[in-house]
Amino acid sequence: MNDMSNPVIIKGGIGDSPKRTEDHRFLSGKGRYTDDINRPGQAYAYFKRSDVAHGVIKSIDTTAAAAMPGVVAIYTGEDIAKAGIGGVPCGWQLHSKDGSPMVEPPHPILAQGKVRYVGDAIAMVIAETTEQAKDAAEALVIDIETLPAVSEMRAATAPGAALVHDAAAGNICFDWHIGDKAAVDAAFATAFKIAKIDVVNNRLIPNPMEPRAAIGDFDQSSGEHTLYTTSQNPHVIRLLMGAFVLQIPEHKLRVVAPDVGGGFGAKIFHYIEEAAVTWAAAKLNRPVKWTCERGEAFITDAHGRDHITHAELAMAEDGKFLGLRVNTMANMGAYLSTFAPSVPTYLSATLLAGVYTTPAIYGEVKAIFTNTVPVDAYRGAGRPETTFLLERLVDVAAKEMGMDRVAIRRRNFIPIDAYPYQTPVALMYDSGNHEATLARCMEIADWNGFEARRAAAAQRGKLRGIGMSTYLEACGIAPSAVAGALGARAGLYEVANVRVHPTGSVTVFTGTHSHGQGHETTFAQLVADQLGVPFESVEVVHGDTAKIPFGMGTYGSRSLAVGGSAMVKAMDKIIAKGKKIAAHLMEAAVDDIEFKDGKFTVTGTDKSKSFAEIAITAYVPHNYPIEEVEPGLDETAFYDPKNFTYPGGCHICEVEIDPETGVVQLIAFTAVDDIGRVINPMIVHGQVHGGVTQGIGQALLEHAIYDETGQLLSGSLMDYTMPRADNIVNIHVGTESTMCTHNPLGAKGVGEVGAIGSPPAVINAVVDALRDYGVTHVDMPATAQKIWSIINAGINAGAPRMAAE
Amino acid sequence: MAQINLTVNGKAAHAEVESRTLLVELLRDQLHLTGTHVGCDTSQCGACVVSVDGKSVKSCTMLAVQAEGAQVITIEGLAAADGTLHPMQEMFREHHGLQCGFCTPGMVMSGIDLVESHPDGLTEQQIREGLEGNICRCTGYHNIVKAIAAAWPLMHDKQMPQAAE
Repeated sequence: MNDMSNPVIIKGGIGDSPKRTEDHRFLSGKGRYTDDINRPGQAYAYFKRSDVAHGVIKSIDTTAAAAMPGVVAIYTGEDIAKAGIGGVPCGWQLHSKDGSPMVEPPHPILAQGKVRYVGDAIAMVIAETTEQAKDAAEALVIDIETLPAVSEMRAATAPGAALVHDAAAGNICFDWHIGDKAAVDAAFATAFKIAKIDVVNNRLIPNPMEPRAAIGDFDQSSGEHTLYTTSQNPHVIRLLMGAFVLQIPEHKLRVVAPDVGGGFGAKIFHYIEEAAVTWAAAKLNRPVKWTCERGEAFITDAHGRDHITHAELAMAEDGKFLGLRVNTMANMGAYLSTFAPSVPTYLSATLLAGVYTTPAIYGEVKAIFTNTVPVDAYRGAGRPETTFLLERLVDVAAKEMGMDRVAIRRRNFIPIDAYPYQTPVALMYDSGNHEATLARCMEIADWNGFEARRAAAAQRGKLRGIGMSTYLEACGIAPSAVAGALGARAGLYEVANVRVHPTGSVTVFTGTHSHGQGHETTFAQLVADQLGVPFESVEVVHGDTAKIPFGMGTYGSRSLAVGGSAMVKAMDKIIAKGKKIAAHLMEAAVDDIEFKDGKFTVTGTDKSKSFAEIAITAYVPHNYPIEEVEPGLDETAFYDPKNFTYPGGCHICEVEIDPETGVVQLIAFTAVDDIGRVINPMIVHGQVHGGVTQGIGQALLEHAIYDETGQLLSGSLMDYTMPRADNIVNIHVGTESTMCTHNPLGAKGVGEVGAIGSPPAVINAVVDALRDYGVTHVDMPATAQKIWSIINAGINAGAPRMAAE
Repeated sequence: MAQINLTVNGKAAHAEVESRTLLVELLRDQLHLTGTHVGCDTSQCGACVVSVDGKSVKSCTMLAVQAEGAQVITIEGLAAADGTLHPMQEMFREHHGLQCGFCTPGMVMSGIDLVESHPDGLTEQQIREGLEGNICRCTGYHNIVKAIAAAWPLMHDKQMPQAAE
């Protein structure tokens, strides 16, 4: 590849911010999302779902419904069982402390025998129109004997609690641990002080703005099935659905994920509706379309977070961290979603070192079944939970030690010369500079000038607080062999096919998927930069298993670090082949050819051939080394990462609380992140804005709340508080990058940093604002009601009121 | 079933609709204008905003029959015939005011209404409050606010008055 230490930014190349290629179609209404697709003769599916959280299906009478106008077919769990259709599989297997495998109950595509959460699909009604399917679903006579339900983890693990699955005693899916318990116990025995915290990581609902949709199609003449779906990873869906659910071989199953309107994790997973419409389309020999409604999305899209954690940190007299013990309960919901077991464990507990040199760490995780929607990865997936825990705990530790919050962090930072750094919880961090991101963030946020702003706010009767988080996360899960050893049932490489056309334009086929990230722009910049072709001559194709060799999709901020690296590998092959062709044309030795700025040059001479000349020669091989080199210029590469990548940084938040109302007003937010190589700064900033806003949403607004019977109380956009424009302020973004040392781009990933670093910065600011009230922790979301209650309890308990009063 | 006649993006349109058919269903399913999106079922998200007789309307909250005789403009009707984008569209592109693109048509339509209804200037706070009915999950609103502010002088063909800040 080209030398990227060269700081010169070429137009449309790495480091430039060309406007996005995809924007014209989105801005003019020409996007093509799944629900925009209509297949000739399609019928419409509607799923009748359970309105109780737990119950035995005694009977389903479809007679009246089947006689309703327009009804094409009605299928229930019994039909699915008779057809021999499998359940949707879990892609990650964990083992408990005692070596036993996790409890992995079957997850049938339509409920069989029992319903286990509100939203569990009982029947699929297919009709000529959606309205007719809905009308018919109303006419189904379903007799369910309601059983006691468990919606909350403490209730689910109490003695005598109702069992979600008979096979899971005590509703425990697995009881897992990591780290050295004895070393941690020894560290605590010598501790000068111990900081303790109990935190709840609030349950969230991802809510990408495009609701899920799926269209099954079947070509009887070829026997080929096609599924159009709102997925972040069409090849993964093809593999899971084809091999495990419907037994359709890959060459007869095409999965298309066209424009997808946001994912945030919720569209990684293989959902039952995808398999149901694919199966029904073949059975009925006509296309079947299903479009999720928002209310339905609330009770069927996998939820996020929902951890309860107790943690203790042992410290020496100088504030050095000696040992950390963490005990977490993680809600799995009613069934294991595709990657659910990995989230609280290998994506979370392995990051318990954070940015600190804590030498001894022990983490335990109990995964719990409840009668709620399955819980899985949501933007950040496990890393926000650990970051929130650690960065709250460090603030508590500072208080315990009587130390400054910044000083205790600096005292414990992994120093830059300690990299690569082996943590006590499996991961080997390759790079980072925590002092640099901290210093820059403090400067932009004017941390040192805060006390004056606090005093000024007090004059106005407001409580002002500032908080920070210094964090590190892990992206681009890998290498495949390691992930496999940890329980992943898939490889985690990425694939790129770089096709140079005869006239020198380029089409890149990537196994990653863009659903807002701007890959059509960023990847084109990467190709333009490396091959020296104009940015406008590069097209990026994704989202169709019929076009792309293979791929694992987009999640875990992996697209550039893993997918981009695959592209670099494929381009290296293009350049190597081009050199052979150029050597032949210029009658030079291959070793004497160098490729730079789009030209193949004979070293030390002015003889050169342009990239376009080599391309045309490869396709019109008249004067060509045909004995040694095949015609054409089209290369594919698979890239398996050598390690995770480790983005990180510092986030600082400033808030003001109105003590009369408890309203927390966001005043300022600054994020300085180390994300490695930046290809398009404009897109990077946009990713951070969006991630931070989701983190602010978690910290101040969002909460999926179930009642004790398993009814979702926050089940619509009127009840679940999504961040809106007037809840958010302008976000100051900076980057202070060190390069990833083990991939060819030096890229680390930016998709999730915002959502990972921000929640503890916000809550640390809220706790700081309440410092006169003796508050050490506030659980998320910090709603006005919660803060008002804290302030008033404080007043009643005789805590000092504000100095200004 | 009812027969309705209306004008959509400057062209006469005729349709036969059920009395329960929503304007957004007419636009998407019968007129094949799929740029207008449905992101919720409670009139909260604003992905379906269109212009009806010059006012921005959530097309999921209006029956198709109510649009009898109306002039409707959707996202598809904003750009010039040669593809030149409307200044609001252009500023969204310029300022990276969109990511996945799903809320974008509604944001652009609401942005246009905000600028047109504030001929004397538009503050950041007014933009943020004016977008209360449009939800975006990708951008954090930062660049959407910038884009709308940047479109104001282009649409009014004058500098944004400083006093408005």
